[in-house]
Amino acid sequence: MSWEVVIGLEVHVQINTATKAFCGCSTEFGSEPNTQTCPVCLGMPGQLPVLNGEAAEKTILTGLAINADINLESKFDRKNYFYPDLPKGYQISQFAVPLVENGYLDIPVKDGGEKRIGITRIHMEEDAGKSMHEGLDGVSHIDLNRSGVPLMEIVSEPDMRSADEAIAYLKQLHQLIVFLDVSGANMEMGQFRCDANVSVHQPGTPFGTRAELKNLNSFRFIKQAIEYEVNRQIELIEDGGEVVQETRLFDSAKGESRPMRSKEEAHDYRYFPEPDLPPLRVTQQQVDAIRDGMPELPGQLRHRFETEYGLSSYDADVLTQTRALADWYESLVAAHPADPKRCANWLANELLGRLKELGKEIEHSPVSAQRLAGMLDRIADNTISGKIAKDVLDAMLESDDDADAIIEAKGLKQVSDSGAIDAIIEAVMAANPDQLAGYRAGKDKLMGFFVGQVMKASKGQANPAMVNQRLQVLLKG
Amino acid sequence: MDIDVKKVAMLARIRLTDSEADELGPQLGGILGYIEKLSEVNTEGVAPTAHPHDAAMPLRANVVTNSNRRDALQAIAPRVESGLYVVPKVIE
Repeated sequence: MSWEVVIGLEVHVQINTATKAFCGCSTEFGSEPNTQTCPVCLGMPGQLPVLNGEAAEKTILTGLAINADINLESKFDRKNYFYPDLPKGYQISQFAVPLVENGYLDIPVKDGGEKRIGITRIHMEEDAGKSMHEGLDGVSHIDLNRSGVPLMEIVSEPDMRSADEAIAYLKQLHQLIVFLDVSGANMEMGQFRCDANVSVHQPGTPFGTRAELKNLNSFRFIKQAIEYEVNRQIELIEDGGEVVQETRLFDSAKGESRPMRSKEEAHDYRYFPEPDLPPLRVTQQQVDAIRDGMPELPGQLRHRFETEYGLSSYDADVLTQTRALADWYESLVAAHPADPKRCANWLANELLGRLKELGKEIEHSPVSAQRLAGMLDRIADNTISGKIAKDVLDAMLESDDDADAIIEAKGLKQVSDSGAIDAIIEAVMAANPDQLAGYRAGKDKLMGFFVGQVMKASKGQANPAMVNQRLQVLLKG
Repeated sequence: MDIDVKKVAMLARIRLTDSEADELGPQLGGILGYIEKLSEVNTEGVAPTAHPHDAAMPLRANVVTNSNRRDALQAIAPRVESGLYVVPKVIE
């Protein structure tokens, strides 16, 4: 039997405001426990929430970036449940009328085309605190610094048909969030969290019952968890069983999931309008002003790099992975405007690889765009060959010297003096009489041998084009 | 109106004896029956009332205004350890 997989994703994104959603407490990560709390985010009776305007603006910006409708009037509701990291006994969320609805994201698919994934809604809500259980006997510890941190929950349509499509969507969304600068989006720090709704069915029949997978905090685990769940459901159905609607927790160490909440406590959140907050009203003018301030998005940037700098779609993709990398590339081009493609090659193929080995991001590159441009200038004016330039780049990573100083100090200047090159060629010819005779007898392939020998004798410093040209003349005798 | 008092009590984390549930059931049903009268009103074309005051939400500037008052705020907590609230174990 052939099964079709159906996946919908809910992504919780922590909005990177300095303060919480409904109070003036700091959202700084990693502070001493419970030092960033107040009566509002501790749920003390009689305290009133006041919405952080910037959190709303960033949610609207995200909505505009996914081509969604912005509801000029949206509402807040209470989602009721009991857990010690939720001091009010309810989470302020948006249920009936969210701020953002009906958007989409186009994702790349295997055959090279694009697929449109619908985004049902983005609503604002507040984060819960953090509970710790490990190494504790019969108790849990609660830190409420995170309580009330603003979140946007981005809910997709069940439009994905494989774990790979789900990952492609998440990566695209993650990149967008980073470009918009609406979240730190660090998955390990819980700033970008994903729940997956997974079901299987026979094509042409109604969707199957879905299971919700929680706690997926890396792209790798998400893929593993979805694939495990798909196999579990197919085996279950083929053995005559039935999928039950439940929440499952993925255990990345074991590579399997288990049901999280018992059935008796099935979700019953009793949503009702939040009486402490009147409706959120924004004007079309405010929305337009936010749209005007929208930064260039990854897709637009990729396209501009291809047309403005003549880059391949592959290079354009690599160099637009983050805003910082794209900015770095553009400063490199500004400093070495003669050849944007050379800039792309040296950044994408040489510098990024070396930085990866050093465990560094481009923002912390020991070689600045200015210094790298200085080296590219020396390639352009034939002072050094591309091969020698790799050694120069290595040396630049280990010192603060610029390319000229390194070339001078190490005597790496390319030999373009035809007299000097002729002398080397003649020495090589004298040392290899058999090959010379062979070449002159018609073995053209030996040309490569002589090029190699000459480059070796010059320690790689001979200008390769000149070596070729002079060899053509001198070998003939 | 018939309601499942035991379920409502469970969701609200309120412990009820059987006799309390028997007594509260009809009372709660009576209240809901009274509210139910509202459904007789024709509300076609009337927008739902989100809030009794017809006011837009005031917004707060994104500026930190609260400082660390942990000691004062934790003074009323039943149990605290190294700055963390201590609660009965909550994981399954």
